[in-house]
Order: sequence, then C-alpha cells, then structure tokens
Amino acid sequence: MSILLNEDFTFIVQGITGREAVNLTRECLDYGAKIVGGVTPGRKGREVHGVPVFDTVEQAVEHHGSPPDGAVATVPPAFTKDAVMEAIENGIKLIVIVTERIPRRDVAEMVELANERGARIIGPNCLGLISPGVAKMGGIGGPAKDARKAYEPGRVGVMSRSGGMTTEISSSLTAAGLGVSTAVSIGGDAIIGSTYAELMPLFEADEQTEAIVIYTEPGGRMEAELVDWREANDSRLPIVAFMAGKFMDDEEMQGMSFGHAGTIVEGKEDSATEKIARLEAAGIPVVERIHEIPDVVKEKLGG
Amino acid sequence: MRFYEFESRRLVERAGIPVTKYGFAKTADEARAAAAEIGGPVVVKSQVLTGGRMKAGGVKFADTPGEAAEHAEAILGLEINGHMPVGVLVDPKAEVEQEYYAAVLWDGRAKRPMMLFSDMGGIDIEQVAEEHPDHVGRGHISNLHPIADFRAKETVARCGMTGSELGRATRVLAGLARLQRDYDMTLAEINPVARLADGSFVALDAHMEMEDEAVGRHRKVLESIGVDLSEPREDYEPSEFERNVKAIDSADHRGVIQGKDHGFHGNLGLVIGAGGGSLTLTDAVRSQGGKPANYAEIGGNPSVAKSKGLAMEVLKKDGVEKIAVMMSIVSNTRVDIVARGVIKACLELGKDPAETIAIFRIPGAWEEEGYKILDKYGVEYADRTTSMWDAAGTAVAKIQGGAQ
Repeated sequence: MSILLNEDFTFIVQGITGREAVNLTRECLDYGAKIVGGVTPGRKGREVHGVPVFDTVEQAVEHHGSPPDGAVATVPPAFTKDAVMEAIENGIKLIVIVTERIPRRDVAEMVELANERGARIIGPNCLGLISPGVAKMGGIGGPAKDARKAYEPGRVGVMSRSGGMTTEISSSLTAAGLGVSTAVSIGGDAIIGSTYAELMPLFEADEQTEAIVIYTEPGGRMEAELVDWREANDSRLPIVAFMAGKFMDDEEMQGMSFGHAGTIVEGKEDSATEKIARLEAAGIPVVERIHEIPDVVKEKLGG
Repeated sequence: MRFYEFESRRLVERAGIPVTKYGFAKTADEARAAAAEIGGPVVVKSQVLTGGRMKAGGVKFADTPGEAAEHAEAILGLEINGHMPVGVLVDPKAEVEQEYYAAVLWDGRAKRPMMLFSDMGGIDIEQVAEEHPDHVGRGHISNLHPIADFRAKETVARCGMTGSELGRATRVLAGLARLQRDYDMTLAEINPVARLADGSFVALDAHMEMEDEAVGRHRKVLESIGVDLSEPREDYEPSEFERNVKAIDSADHRGVIQGKDHGFHGNLGLVIGAGGGSLTLTDAVRSQGGKPANYAEIGGNPSVAKSKGLAMEVLKKDGVEKIAVMMSIVSNTRVDIVARGVIKACLELGKDPAETIAIFRIPGAWEEEGYKILDKYGVEYADRTTSMWDAAGTAVAKIQGGAQ
C-alpha cells in the first residue's frame, strides 16, 4: 500500500510542452507512471514522449474516457490558478502544483475550490510525491534511475517543505534499511494545499506506514496544527522531525526570508526555537543532524 | 512590498474608506500650501520606510502654515535609521473621540484572510489581544465568494460594539477587506481608525504590505498612486556581493543562484543549495563552530558560467580563504556542471582548486562525471554516504586548521 498513489494511477501534465515538464514527463514514464495526456493551449495534436497533447483538460478527459486520477500543473505563475481550476472542474481529484511564486490569494482560491469539490492539492512550489516501486508524480527524486537509488519501498512516510530535502532524508532511510512508504514534497510556500496534519489521516490509514519523518523550517504554524491533530486523534504513528534554518533566529536576520517564500517569520511562534520547543513538548523528537533520523526512527519502532 | 504612509493613505482612499484631508509634500513650500489648504493646526510626518519616527524627531505639530513649512524643511533633511525621507505627509490635527483598530491579514492555518477589529485602537494590538481578548473581534473571509458586509459586521459586533457606530465601523472594515483582496496585501491595517467629534469614522494611519509575487499585476494602480517601481524597498541596502550575484543570475535564464551576506561576517564562503539544503547546511556549519561569510542558493540546474559567477563572488569577499561547495542530493541540478563552474572560478582567480575548495559534497545527477573532474584537480569530495553535517564539519575543520 501507499498513500494517494497506486499502480493503476493515471494523470495528465498541464503545461506539458514546457522544458521542465518535458523532463518531468520522461522521468515519470521511466518510473512506470501512467501519463494519459498533456495540456498546452494551442498545441493540440503534438506528442511529448508519446503522450498526446490537448488544448483543454476536457479533451484529455474525453480521450481517456473518464477523468484521470491526477494532474501535475507546471505552468507559469500567472496562469496556474486557471489551469488548476480547469483540472478540478473537470473532475480531477489530485493536483500537484510544481509552479513557484504564485500569489497567496490565488493559492487560497484554488485550495478552497478543491475543498468544495472533494479534490486535493499538493504544493505549490513542490516536487510532487513518490511511492517507491509503485509510482512517481512530479520531479521528485529526478530521473528514474536516481529515484530508485534514493527511494526504496519501506516503512516510513516522509513529508517535507523542501523538495531536495525530501530526497536527502529518504535516501538516509533507504540506506538504513527502513525504506519509504510514500514521500510527499508538500511545498515551501506560506499557504499550501496539504499540510502535515492534512496528510496524517492518510498515513494513519496506510498499513505500510509505521512511522513519519517531517522536514520543516521557520515560518507558518503547520507544526502546531500537526501537534493538535496528533493529540486529538490518538495517532499510532511516531513522528521524528528535522528543523532547518535555526540561524534565522539571530537578531541580524530578523525580517529576512531565506530559502522558501514560506520562511518569512510573521510572529514569535513562527521561529525555529519556538517550533522545536512545541514539537519536543508534544513528544516529537527534533534531531539536529539528518543522518541521525534513521536511528531515532528505529528506536521509536522498538528496534 | 512595503508602502510609505502617504501611499497607504492613497490606497485606503481609493478603496472608499473615509480619510481626513491630507497633503503629501516634497518641499517646504508644498508643505506650507498643504497646511493652508487643510486650515488649522496640522501634523507634519516624515515619509520613511522605518519605524521610530516620533522618537527621532520625524513627527512635528504646527499651528500655522509657516510653522508647517519650517518643520517640513527640518524633517526633509533628517535621516532616520539610515533612511532619508521621500517627503512629508501633512495631516490635520484631528479631534479624536475614540480610536479603533482594523486589520485584515492571512491566517495560514485557515488558508483564508482574517479580519480583526478592536474598540481599543491606537496601541499595540497584540497587547490588547492578550489583556482584553473580549475587545478583539475576529472573522474569516471566503476566498471564492464576494466579500459580504455582514461578515465585517459580525467581526465588529464580536468586540462588543452596537448602535450607529456598528454600521460606520462595518463599512471601514468591509472596505479594508476588499482592499486586502483586490491588491494582494499580506497585511492591511488601519491603526487608528478614529471617531471624530461629529461621529464620523476616518482612517488616521494605515500600514499596507503587498505580496512581492503579486506586484506585477498591480503595476497600473501602483503607478497611479505614485509608486516608483524601480526604487528598491528592501529593509536594508543590498551589499556589493548581493548586487553582483543578482546581476549574474539575471544575465542567464538557466537555473537560479542567490546570495546574501547581510548579517554574515565569517571566513568560510558557502556555495550551497537548494532551498532547504542551504538552510540545513548553514546551520550545520554554524553549529560546528564555523563562521559562514555568506548564504547562497543554487537551484534549477544553472550553467557553468552561473556556478562560476557565484563562486567567484564568494571568493572575492573580504576574508574568504576557502569555499565549501555543498548541496542536498540533486535531481535536476547537474553535479558535473557545478564542479566545472567552481573549479573555473578558482583558476580564473589564480587559486588552486585543491586548496581553495574545502569540500565538495553534491551527490546526485551526473555525479560520476563530476567526481572525475574533481579528481583531476585534486579537490576533496564526498558522495551521499557522507552526511551534510559531516561534510560541513570537514570544511570547518579545514578552515580552522588553516587559520592557526
């Protein structure tokens, strides 16, 4: 098992003729993904690595015979909101938004529409998700051969605000023999489609997943939400966290943002120190070094 | 993007929220004319993008237009926290009966904007929220539906207001909520909203911040209120290093490099990436006693020239003897291209790559090719079996050894 993806999962790529999207399509196909169409307005009739290109999502749905399970949106920021709404209104239930630098209002609108239609958004500003040995949706892990090297099927669910660190952490879990059930690059923006707490029920219900590792950063209140969810739901899953960006707590760094758009610290509770204290108080250990993660997970799993 | 007080005032006015008669002046004569137009006692306020104006002498009261001109003359020449004013705002000295607080900001957890209203305005809202929670009304706004007045009314009523004041305050808050949405503000705050002697409500001081990602789509409105988009509005003056890295980045569309050195004073240059990897590595260097000379981000597969450019700028910084080239496992950025870039940077500056590059730890795409190049120049490198922490530790040990 895994969360969100399965072996029969079908999806389309919106903006498929863009440079990045062409690579992403290749990587996912090589990993065994079922990409059933692509959309770039005005490019109907072309093919990208054998995938037919359409002008509208409606045409892609018609060609497939029913709405595909998912869509990867990799279109310029000014057009992303419209593209995602098009996917949602055509019955697609899982949308991964790769695009960076989308204004918050647009993200919030997309997320609210998704909620009303029973759809889910991952991202924006993310690399997608991978269930090792099952499927990969997005650029996560890179080319299929690199993705196989870093991600082996296993017991740990990974959620990360950084796409690159999703792979770094998963690679350490793979090397330690623990492996990964599903890894989700949730995105680095201030507002995202699926937070840690919003993905937890899926991991909770997934038999393959025995523990969770999160990568987090200063900015936002997502950890507090996770702690609240865990306490309210009496979760069976131990969680181990890693916090990057502690240097941003320094006085000289106040008001600056590093890394992702979402790292802007807007209140005292957003700082690294506050977050670490809150997680630790809730029984979620925060390790100082990435390579310590597997040992702490093993300890939590009882050897 | 931050706004000067007079720009925020113009935005508030455009949104249909009542303001007092006011004038923006760039010279003492203009300030005199504005004061005469307003009539009666006025306040002259420095227009700077920094706090602490009052304390620094940037806010002064005047009874006559002549006095307003004198104050303007002094304030226009007064630097506050390193900022020169772009002008002065001339406001009537309002007869205020009561002050209120109104704001609309993002609630990241609810993923919606949140309205805030308090009948205890003019002071720090966080303090009010802590000491008098029943005097702060809160209410969320849907992102999809038009903003309904009754949502603003509910929010105002939650802080205990009623009577004719309820309707007047509601109009201000609903107007502010529409402004926040229409102009992509991350923060839209009026503090204080004032009730004047005649019972009318006006916005006395407003603070607005527009999301940087959205500035492009509001160009026309911004120009119409007098914003010069070519003027930098950072919290601090960018350094030479920061300007140079930005120039190299924009000269070539392949990949992204970023560099910051504000607040960094060390001797170990960092050529690191990507977003999360850079945060992790900067912490790892500092936690092991290292002193970074800068912060950097490499991402999206930059060209050899771009990688070289970043490394050269880092190496040219005062006091930098060695650089650490490190990233989390890469899947898009090519290891061999970054390796070529940083080696070229050393050679062009007449430095030995083996001596200058303390450690190279970028595992991932095209790593075998990258390691071959590094071998050729005798540069110490590490693959994914060496953790980011240990790679940072190696770099710190080398530079500390060299300094002794």
